[in-house]
Amino acid sequence: MSKFAKKKKGLPAISTASLPDIVFMLLFFFMVTTVMRETDALIDVRVPTATEVKKLERKNLVSYIYVGKPKMKFRAKYGSADKIQLNDKFASISDIQSFILAERASKNEEEIPYMTTSIKADEDASMGIISDIKIELRDINALKINYATHKGKDTRMNF
Amino acid sequence: MARRETPEINAGSMADIAFLLLIFFLVTTTMDVTSGISRKLPEKPPKDAPPPPKIKERNIFEVNINRSNKLLVENKEMHVSELKEATIKFIDNGGALENNGKDEFCSYCEGDRNPDSSDNPKKAIISLQNDRGTSYKTYIAVQNELVMAYSILRDRYAMKKFGKHFDDLNNDNQKVVKEAYPQIISEAEPTKS
Repeated sequence: MSKFAKKKKGLPAISTASLPDIVFMLLFFFMVTTVMRETDALIDVRVPTATEVKKLERKNLVSYIYVGKPKMKFRAKYGSADKIQLNDKFASISDIQSFILAERASKNEEEIPYMTTSIKADEDASMGIISDIKIELRDINALKINYATHKGKDTRMNF
Repeated sequence: MARRETPEINAGSMADIAFLLLIFFLVTTTMDVTSGISRKLPEKPPKDAPPPPKIKERNIFEVNINRSNKLLVENKEMHVSELKEATIKFIDNGGALENNGKDEFCSYCEGDRNPDSSDNPKKAIISLQNDRGTSYKTYIAVQNELVMAYSILRDRYAMKKFGKHFDDLNNDNQKVVKEAYPQIISEAEPTKS
């Protein structure tokens, strides 16, 4: 009799055998979607907001040019004027052409016409440096550009 | 001697290991979507290029931004918030007369048909000039307004012609709409200050 009575006591333990499966599923999701940051930002970039933004597709064909003031810890060495960052280091205007050529060399030939250059510039940067970049890009025939902006509310009233 | 069975491996810590990896990927993952305003730069003119054709003054909409981020539109000072309306009015003017021929007359324009403003949207050129000292924020705001003006006009035309929003049209129909309102924004070399 006591054999049967014992079984009725207490709640049965919830089986956690499927927990690893669930966790693995999540893990694979994040592993697939994750994009490791390729460059360390040396520059503070707060991109401006705009309403008419489009998403950039084919991220592997996008090369980034960062423009802005160096981060606080680099200011002693590089000053606080607007700087350009290509890949992992500060660069000057004249480095842009070789940067674009290097980016092109790493892509397939048929993909080159779809390559886009995204200019990630700080909202307080001056247009002088942006114009210089545009002229360099035009000279090397990298004509598709994109001004990185956040999609945001109407910003017209800020002026 | 009977062969001993291999003991079952305890899989209890599997979940812990997976969690650890999961947390690592959760932390390192960046899901930022690159978005922005796309533009196409003009090609570099060849050295022996013929001089550009003369464009009538009335077909050009001049937008100047000075170094203190103030706008001068068609020689009048303007606030950024008024730029969109002014641009739409200019592009959609359709000043060419009906007897000028089919190419000139803009049948779908709803503007004032002022003879001193643009002939038709295909000829209307927006000329944008900024100073080297202009802030990037202002420049983007102006670009945004100009693009918005075009998208409003395109959307209106798409609604009228196809009964759908521009974004919902297929590629061929989008092309038709784009042809009706081509985006012609010309950027001059910046002024030095």
